[in-house]
Amino acid sequence: MKTKIFLFAPLISIPLLYSCEALAPQEPEEYELLDGPVENLNQAESIRFIEGDKAFNDQIFTIETGLGPIFTGTSCVSCHAGDGKGHPFVSFTRFGQDLPGINNFLDQGAPQLQNRAIPGYKPEILPSGAPHAEFLAPIVTGLGFLDAVSDEDLLAMADPDDLDGDGISGRVHWNDRPDYVKDRPGTISKNGKYITRFGKKANVYDLLHQTADAYNQDIGINSYYEPYDTYSGDKVQPEIDRKTINDVVFYLKTLKAPIPRNQDNPEVVAGKALFENTQCTACHKPTLRTSYSPITAISYQEFHPYTDMLLHDMGPELDDGYTEGYALSSEWRTAPLWGIGLSKDSQGGEYYLMHDGRARSIEEAILLHGGEAENAKNKYQNLSQQEKSQLIKFIESL
Amino acid sequence: MMKIYTSNYFKIGLYLLIFFYMETALAQEEKSGIEQSVQESQLNMDAVFSRPSLSFEKVPVALGGYLEANTMHRIEEGITDGLSFQARRLTIFLAASISERIKFLTEIEFEDGGKEIAIEFAALDVAFHPMFNFRGGIVMNPIGAFNENHDGPKWEFVERPDVAVNMLAATQSNAGFGVYGKTYSGNWIFGYEAYLTNGFNSKIISNEEDKTYLPAYKDGDNLFEENFSGKAMFSGKLAIKNRKIGELGLSYMGGAYNKFEEDGLSVEDKARVNVFAIDWNTSIQATNTYIVGEAAFVKVETPESYTPQYGNKQHGFFIDVVQAVYKNKIFEWEDATFNLAARFDYVDWNVGKFKETDTNIGDQLLAVTPGISFRPTPKTVFRINYRYQWQKDIINNPAERAATWYMGFSSYF
Ligand code: HEC
Ligand code: HEC
Repeated sequence: MKTKIFLFAPLISIPLLYSCEALAPQEPEEYELLDGPVENLNQAESIRFIEGDKAFNDQIFTIETGLGPIFTGTSCVSCHAGDGKGHPFVSFTRFGQDLPGINNFLDQGAPQLQNRAIPGYKPEILPSGAPHAEFLAPIVTGLGFLDAVSDEDLLAMADPDDLDGDGISGRVHWNDRPDYVKDRPGTISKNGKYITRFGKKANVYDLLHQTADAYNQDIGINSYYEPYDTYSGDKVQPEIDRKTINDVVFYLKTLKAPIPRNQDNPEVVAGKALFENTQCTACHKPTLRTSYSPITAISYQEFHPYTDMLLHDMGPELDDGYTEGYALSSEWRTAPLWGIGLSKDSQGGEYYLMHDGRARSIEEAILLHGGEAENAKNKYQNLSQQEKSQLIKFIESL
Repeated sequence: MMKIYTSNYFKIGLYLLIFFYMETALAQEEKSGIEQSVQESQLNMDAVFSRPSLSFEKVPVALGGYLEANTMHRIEEGITDGLSFQARRLTIFLAASISERIKFLTEIEFEDGGKEIAIEFAALDVAFHPMFNFRGGIVMNPIGAFNENHDGPKWEFVERPDVAVNMLAATQSNAGFGVYGKTYSGNWIFGYEAYLTNGFNSKIISNEEDKTYLPAYKDGDNLFEENFSGKAMFSGKLAIKNRKIGELGLSYMGGAYNKFEEDGLSVEDKARVNVFAIDWNTSIQATNTYIVGEAAFVKVETPESYTPQYGNKQHGFFIDVVQAVYKNKIFEWEDATFNLAARFDYVDWNVGKFKETDTNIGDQLLAVTPGISFRPTPKTVFRINYRYQWQKDIINNPAERAATWYMGFSSYF
């Protein structure tokens, strides 16, 4: 009799295997995650997204595959975990330029300080007296939308001479760009200069420029686009193929925009109104529109990044004395606020905000605002305790 | 994750055939379950020779081995790749007693359907005295207990312990030689092992895991012909056992791992790896409970200016608790056993704090695996496991959770 029971044991375990989903970890909600593609990619685009995803998130560079010899990180994902903001342990320093125009330390490894080296090599050290600033990795989602905003729209938002008298004078960054980038549709140039929009100093023209530069400067991986080794300065064989770089660019372009949460919560609704009243939206523009993009899912879309992608003078406190391109050392590009509420999930459960992660909370970040944002900061400080917390709840919902 | 392809069905079929053939062919019953060895005068270090079908008394050459196969269904953060069938490994032992005090044994492992073939052990043993035996060839480094005592049929779990295979490099064997011995006194048994072998290489701090990872040394070239660092690695173990209580082992393995000199020129600072392990096992007769575990500590010197991605301190442990719940005749098996079992796995691949933030470095894994096993005979185990794991990235972001069901068998033949 007893033996019969044992006959059943293996039979029972088969349906058990199939009913196990209930015990397993549930899939997080889409709005809890930063990674994932925009909706409505076609199949070929999906394949390309997956290829780029693998290169960005799974391709770890080792000494054998070309890491360094001097570098700052071993892979894209090591600094942009889950496509979110980075952790200070992989922040890097840039140095050598304090005024618009030229970097005087190019012969000493400027602008980026490759502070790590593979065994046997010495990393760069900051030359004494060199102007410098720390950079913390930003969120990389929704970049395709930011990339597809036309130069014309950026110029329309800019107000370099503060003609409207609101104390805020955002400007586009007229800058040089590398030869290998291609014009975005409708690009505008002036005296041989182009509008650069990525990076915290808005020093980068597009996502190809950013990606090729990141492989080269951050990981020490030379490519067709950026063939000069950061250690020897020699033009060397590519360590990564063009297709991979372009797949990564495609991946960055098609990462979905962060999805806001708790939008019906009354505190969040109240906070949203306060965000507008305290003049935050003068720089952190809630809504932008893309123009034409060859990727249909991104073409002519409205999206909500909470940035104007313009440079603003942020006052002495955020002036590190270092700059890039033709920006002033006090000028920073408005940080997009989308996804900020999820940044703790990629920063080890803590907040590290502003360009170098010095702000440990949203409130600290607001209080660091100065210069053109002085008024907005003061308005924030004049809010009641309850209003402040509503405003912060709203920012966290983004 | 390994996927099943049509040709694998064929292989599974073939394995099953071999398995059933061997089952009937080998009629003689031998004690082999790891539990049995606790009562016997055997230590973990004896595991290589205390395998069924390797009895030298009868024949000069003996052939044996084991096979492991299972199904697996894994769900990670709600996403699954579905069900896969795995024929994880087929291991073949071949032993020969060359003369009275000289014997040879080799263990060859086919993993992943034959894609990976590894000589896990191939050594000549010469017995001069119970306290002094020589062993040379491809030997298993005596670090922890699992490395030397890793046969699938001895364990209640489909997966091998994380600390043993994902922090330490089990099964770790290297070309080299050494000595070992054993002595008895009443209920006490004392054993030692000491080997000099080839060591690790720089892959342990430059690999696709993006962390200090001892198993990565296996991706090196010419492992059995060349010693990457040019310096011998020492590994040694002391084990003590009381037949009534259990066994305790202390082991160490260490040496340079990088090529610090080339053509007589210094090209890197010499860097060492040091590993300490402690292992134990005990049987509680009164309750029919068996407990086995191992903890290990790894220190790897890395250049100051290299990336903190590669830590210089690691530790981890595993502990298995196996409770026999039914021991009796089932069908025609006289001595069949049903066990309930649970395993805890813990590994921290990067112990320490970030100097930038003074917060803890992550890179940790925790797993709990309850299981049921059925042993018709000690040589064969059928097992059902459910493993739930939490794995944290280096920054300590919310853990990735994964749950895996396993159903499989492992059997000596
Ligand atoms: C060592 C850390 C590190 C690594 C490795 C790294 N990044 Fe970054 N990334 C940063 C930092 C810091 C910034 C901000 C730099 C700036 O603003 O100028 C940044 C900025 C970016 C931006 C600009 C985002 C924006 O909103 O303007 C993109 C895109 C990007 N990285 C992509 C990549 C890709 C692709 C890789 C892999 C090839 C990569 N990063 C590797 C740290 C890193
Ligand atoms: C004059 C333009 C301007 C105004 C007005 C402004 N900001 Fe900002 N904001 C910026 C810039 C530029 C940064 C990035 C500074 C840096 O990286 O150091 C920033 C950064 C932030 C950040 C940190 C984002 C991150 O990812 O680290 C928060 C939060 C923020 N702003 C909130 C606000 C709030 C709330 C208001 C209204 C009270 C406001 N800002 C008004 C320009 C502005």
